Amino acid sequence: MKQSGNILFTGVGGQGILLASELTAYAQLAAGYDVKKSEVHGMAQRGGSVVAHLKYGERVYSPLIEPGTADIQVAFEELEAVRYLPYLHRDSAVVVNTQKILPPAVATGRASYPDNILEELRARHIHVVAVDAFAVAREIGEIRTANVVMVGAMSNFLAVSPGIFLDVIDQRMKKGFRKVNRKAFAAGRDLVYASRRHDKKR
Amino acid sequence: MSVTKTDRLWLSGNEAIALGAWEAGVQVASGYPGTPSTEILENLCSYEGVYTEWAPNEKVALEVALGASFAGVRALATMKHVGLNVASDPLFTASYTGVRGGLVVITADDPEMHSSQNEQDNRNYAFAAKLPMFEPSDPAEAREMLARAFEVSERYDTPVLFRITTRIAHVKGVVATGKRIGLAEASMEKVPGKFVMLPGPARTRRAAIEQRMTDLRELAETLGENRIEPGATARAFITAGTSYNYVKEAFPEAAVLKLGMVWPLPGEKIRDFAAGVDELIVVEELDPFLETHIKAMGVPCRGKDLIPSRGELNSFIVRQAIEPDKVGELFDPIELPMRPPNMCAGCPHRGLFYCLSRMKDVFVSGDIGCYTLAALPPLSAMDACVCMGASIGMAHGMAKALGEKGKGRIVAVIGDSTFIHSGITGLINSVYNDSYSLVIILDNRITAMTGHQHNPASGANIKGEPAQAVNLEKLCRAIGVKRVTVVNPHDIEATGKVLKKEIARGKTSVVISRAPCVLLPSEVKRKKPVYRTVTENCTGCMACIRIGCPAISWHPLTPEEAVERGYRSKQKGFSMITEVLCNGCGQCAALCKFDAITAVEDEG
Ligand code: SF4
Ligand code: SF4
Repeated sequence: MKQSGNILFTGVGGQGILLASELTAYAQLAAGYDVKKSEVHGMAQRGGSVVAHLKYGERVYSPLIEPGTADIQVAFEELEAVRYLPYLHRDSAVVVNTQKILPPAVATGRASYPDNILEELRARHIHVVAVDAFAVAREIGEIRTANVVMVGAMSNFLAVSPGIFLDVIDQRMKKGFRKVNRKAFAAGRDLVYASRRHDKKR
Repeated sequence: MSVTKTDRLWLSGNEAIALGAWEAGVQVASGYPGTPSTEILENLCSYEGVYTEWAPNEKVALEVALGASFAGVRALATMKHVGLNVASDPLFTASYTGVRGGLVVITADDPEMHSSQNEQDNRNYAFAAKLPMFEPSDPAEAREMLARAFEVSERYDTPVLFRITTRIAHVKGVVATGKRIGLAEASMEKVPGKFVMLPGPARTRRAAIEQRMTDLRELAETLGENRIEPGATARAFITAGTSYNYVKEAFPEAAVLKLGMVWPLPGEKIRDFAAGVDELIVVEELDPFLETHIKAMGVPCRGKDLIPSRGELNSFIVRQAIEPDKVGELFDPIELPMRPPNMCAGCPHRGLFYCLSRMKDVFVSGDIGCYTLAALPPLSAMDACVCMGASIGMAHGMAKALGEKGKGRIVAVIGDSTFIHSGITGLINSVYNDSYSLVIILDNRITAMTGHQHNPASGANIKGEPAQAVNLEKLCRAIGVKRVTVVNPHDIEATGKVLKKEIARGKTSVVISRAPCVLLPSEVKRKKPVYRTVTENCTGCMACIRIGCPAISWHPLTPEEAVERGYRSKQKGFSMITEVLCNGCGQCAALCKFDAITAVEDEG
């Protein structure tokens, strides 16, 4: 099993990043790692760009990921997937939800949302996995599980077994939500797994 | 919340401090919400056997905790860094009185200003107030060190400062748990020589402080929290707080003197450590606090000549500062549209600030809360913001300086919680000294920015139980304000009219802009209409865009696209409401003159 790793969660305040990063952290803890996670509350949460750092390993000191060392980024929005570029390296994997939320300057006609922004990542040979988490969540019948779909997709890049994630969902979610979130996790996981196999075939 | 074993939890620093406070037998805790300190009391209030409260401000919070300490029980006061400025008055003299029950004051500093107006380094308060200060490096340590802080408080008869930063408060890590200690029995004891700080007793206590600092310096030499971690001595470090983590990651092989008590410093230990190493570097965030005092001991070291004194550090910054040639290349950031925070869709503040944004000639003296975001475009409707409660005093000062020239042009804007925190005295001053500024109280029934805490005007206490609510209208009238008008800020037209009239009056008057925060549970549950854009009616006038609601977006068009959509070729674009984001406030609909925004009754 990989000895340590860094996962960056990025998105827009209110998108459910917190829950996604918590699930991942608890899965890592259950797998026996030391885990630290850093987030920012307060003003940053009012629809602003938000980021959470998750680090795991045998003994984690710093709660902050060093620039250039994020192994995985889970991005809930396309612009935000690119905003933290200096944190990534050439072997990073970016799992991105293909959603565009217009920043205020764009929404008020003072700037435009860049086209094909994810190409910026691909051009740097970063492995990008685009996931339409909302479409998947809608299919499952609970739009609010989009963040768990993202966790499922991301889990393909971790050594932690999916069973541990499912256990965490059972332990940490309210009764009525467990089933649908287990489904969401599995759907996210299969999505990427399938596309990775597809990649290999090509 | 079990992780693997039940005696270990995974907690944020603030949750760990709440746990630590409970275990340490704290019986009274008071604070004022402020990022990044808020969750300490929010968590502590759910423990049994400890009284917790939100005070109207940090000064009151500290006084409450001090009183509890005088009654012989352990007490805690919590606040953000700038809150300690407010509480500094009792703090400096509590240093003289000392304590009966242990007293710990938590200051949550915010290097990098994630959610603050400055990044002051509150370690300076420990020096200035002659108080011991502890500083943990992570949540687990925060819990353990708090117990030590209470011990020291009682043993050395002193309030203890406990400094955390954002990267302790809002970092989650594995934390051990323990049992709660036996509680002290509260009692009343009259000790005038200790509690009554008239000049005579104060002079006696002043001498006691010097003795105490000497004793504490001695303690610092042997305290387990000040530990040497052996390692390579070619380049060694002295560090504390979260910076310790960055040193451990950037230079894992180096010898480190980690200070858990950052004031007073262990002189002998530092000298011994320095003597055994070739190069000594002090790594600390913000001010050269440790460095200055270590240099004053005559110990040569490096510090801020290498390490930035602005903003947060991380292991990368530390490594780069010390070994610039050894850092790898990074991807350069790409220039992207910024994504600053914004007031929520349907926020009542937006309506009020929209009205102000139309009064170009008016100077808006602002204050601290969600509504400070109204300073950002497109509203750009706040012209000053300094600290909690400052809006009213600043407006008055401007009025006195400008005289006739400023009449009808000066407005102070302040939230309900901020008004109670420290705006009331400003209003008394404005009335007493005959000002003419208009004071607008934004009453959204909650302390919103910090995550919706109750306050003395909201009608509930920290646990959400019913409590007496301040009647803001009556309070203003009692102060002597002749005109107090209440408006509904969602009604933009009526609000605009009232503001125009009141601002022109040339006497201090108050407008209370009252509508609940849309994130209040009662508001979230309430059935609201949803507004929809009738795009074929949109003329692209951008009137609704100017309120900056996150549910409304502008979609630019080329002339061809415009024609294709059935618009005139000159039309530059159209506006569109994202219905799932709309909170049904109706503000935008009132601005549209072309019937392009209409309410649809919620089908659900
Ligand atoms: S949280 Fe409440 S007060 Fe703050 S911006 Fe949103 S609606 Fe306005
Ligand atoms: S009614 Fe208009 S201004 Fe109000 S929340 Fe909906 S879109 Fe925004």
